Amino acid sequence: MRVVLAEDLYLLRDGMVHLLQAHGFEIVAAVESGPELLKALLDERPEVAVVDVRLPPTFTDEGLQAALAARRSIPGLPVLVLSQHVEQLYARELLADGTGGVGYLLKDRVFNSTQFVDAVRRVATGGTAMDPDVIAKLLASNARHEPLGRLSPREREVLELMAEGRSNAAIAQRLFLSESAVAKHTANIFAKLGLAASDDDNRRVLAVLAYLNGTRG
Amino acid sequence: MPLKTTLVGLGRSLVLSALAAVNAVLFAMAALVLLLCFGFGMIFLFPAGVRLIRRRATHARRLALAWADVQIIPPYRPPPPPPMPQRDGWYREGRSLYRTSMVPNFNRTFAWMLKDPATWRDLAWLLAETLAGVLLVAPPPLLVVLGLALVPQGPLYAVIGLALASAGLLLAPRMVRLHGLWTRWLLAPTPNARLTNAIRRLEQVHTEAVDTQAAELRRIERDLHDGAQARLVAIGMTLAAAEELIDSDPRAAKALIVKVREASAASLIELRQLVRGIHPPVLAERGLRDAVRALALDSPLEVSVNVELPVRPEAPVESAAYFVVSELLANAGRHGNARHVTVDISRRGVALRITVIDDGQGGADPSRGSGLRGIERRVAAFDGVLALHSPEGGPTTASVDIPRAFAGQGACGAVVPRWKYRLLALLLGLCWLPMFPQGLVAMALKIFQVDERSWFLALYLPEPFQWPMMGTMVLLGSAMTYYAYRLSIEIRQAEAGVTV
Repeated sequence: MRVVLAEDLYLLRDGMVHLLQAHGFEIVAAVESGPELLKALLDERPEVAVVDVRLPPTFTDEGLQAALAARRSIPGLPVLVLSQHVEQLYARELLADGTGGVGYLLKDRVFNSTQFVDAVRRVATGGTAMDPDVIAKLLASNARHEPLGRLSPREREVLELMAEGRSNAAIAQRLFLSESAVAKHTANIFAKLGLAASDDDNRRVLAVLAYLNGTRG
Repeated sequence: MPLKTTLVGLGRSLVLSALAAVNAVLFAMAALVLLLCFGFGMIFLFPAGVRLIRRRATHARRLALAWADVQIIPPYRPPPPPPMPQRDGWYREGRSLYRTSMVPNFNRTFAWMLKDPATWRDLAWLLAETLAGVLLVAPPPLLVVLGLALVPQGPLYAVIGLALASAGLLLAPRMVRLHGLWTRWLLAPTPNARLTNAIRRLEQVHTEAVDTQAAELRRIERDLHDGAQARLVAIGMTLAAAEELIDSDPRAAKALIVKVREASAASLIELRQLVRGIHPPVLAERGLRDAVRALALDSPLEVSVNVELPVRPEAPVESAAYFVVSELLANAGRHGNARHVTVDISRRGVALRITVIDDGQGGADPSRGSGLRGIERRVAAFDGVLALHSPEGGPTTASVDIPRAFAGQGACGAVVPRWKYRLLALLLGLCWLPMFPQGLVAMALKIFQVDERSWFLALYLPEPFQWPMMGTMVLLGSAMTYYAYRLSIEIRQAEAGVTV
């Protein structure tokens, strides 16, 4: 799988290159600044890009802007954005086009290589990978939202994992449940929130995220 | 003029006249106190005497506002802070030590009163009021009394008497107003005192800002020292242990490494929170607008954000504005029981205005809420003020004005192009030339038939063109002067940041 990597810290960039190569990814470009990233994304058209938000030369949200710009010219270009902090605002901007294939994770998540690689693969196949912190913030800011209050604690757990972008199988494994139990919970959640159920994992996640984002201005 | 106004004015004139008589007594007392103080060394009388005079002067200021609608700011310097005991409980004053705070306290008060020019201006006012003040307020009642006394003396006297009385009645309210202005002349702070007080206030704000900053740095240092730094030491030690074990007991080494990973993750979380407290990352990356939008998204309340800023304010102002919004949002959620909040941030001239309105139950009070006090302290460093309107039952409106938020950015206001400065200099430098020698002086030579043409252009022309030429010259000079005047006003306003 062809990957473009953007990270300005040499040690971290090198570490991620090794990690991804060890898991069978092909690194077509490892860049360290925003303009380089945009060029690499448009020229190489990778299967997935792993991008740090803050990059030279301005050290603001250079990486995010480059990723968004690339997705505007290549719709659906899978991008996994890494950052030292997560913001709902940025998550919304990434999800805004509704095409999926986006990820937004804290940099710490790189520590857990299996989960990180899993997230990269998920994004590459058009899925989503949202950081648990983003989802927690999203749910916290929806605290007063009526239908969410009707969910049982278990359903809430399932909702959180689903919003992170995980499949039923992954959720079942995580919560030590059977897949059919998870499917039942999901059906309940969709019914309580008034969403149309869908068998497609990715579309389901996007619907949930759109719902959570949509409840507020 | 309605009768009521005139009668009230007459009453006020009477009271003011009586008070002027009180002043005479007070002045005599003050003179006696001064004599006893500085002639006989009974300086302990001084503060009491000054306090008495100040009370009377303060009263006069209040009357001026209430009766004559003349506002007079108290000119006194702020009182000295009370003396603090040393660690051993004694009070040090210069090279002397005192067991109680009485003597040092007296010394400070004495110096404070003695050195304040307002004390002496008060004294001057006491005397002047008895002499001149009386001349303003006493005539109307006197006229009325005199007039009424004349009435029974005969028909002619009655007419004159009534005229005098009504003149007194008409004058009374005007004289009260005039008296208020006269009071302001002596009892208001001099420009010098006003500046001194302004500087003192700025110094206080500056000290507070520096203190806050120092406290903040100490907090950051402590957080780093107890948090991340300690964890890094632990990580290093655990790694060293793992290094020793890795050959002999790889399993134990692996367990240690897992611990190291957990510790590093924990320190990352700590550092992230610390960074957010110092300078929120979105603010650094996106500026105020998006940072406030991010705040709104994270808030459990329904927040509508409206930011209208054509340019970003200076970084410190931005950061203060962010914390103001963050604190007000938190307050609305915590105490106000609000559901919907509106945040408005806009630019007014060179000022930045932040308005936060919530539909909570209201009743917020800056003197009780530490959060609101924090906001006031935070914006005070930029001369900003917090205005809070929070009636019981809501809604609460809090607005913060930072007056010179955009003042440092000449580029965002009306920029004065360089050519305007040059044109102004040219006009001012040359406007005299057509006006005086070529216009007026040439005219004078022409009128007095002096046979001297010198360099006066008009006089070289044929006769019929001479007068029109001189007139044109004068007009040209006047026009140049006028345009220079307009230009200078425009430039001054643009420099002050007012968009013309």
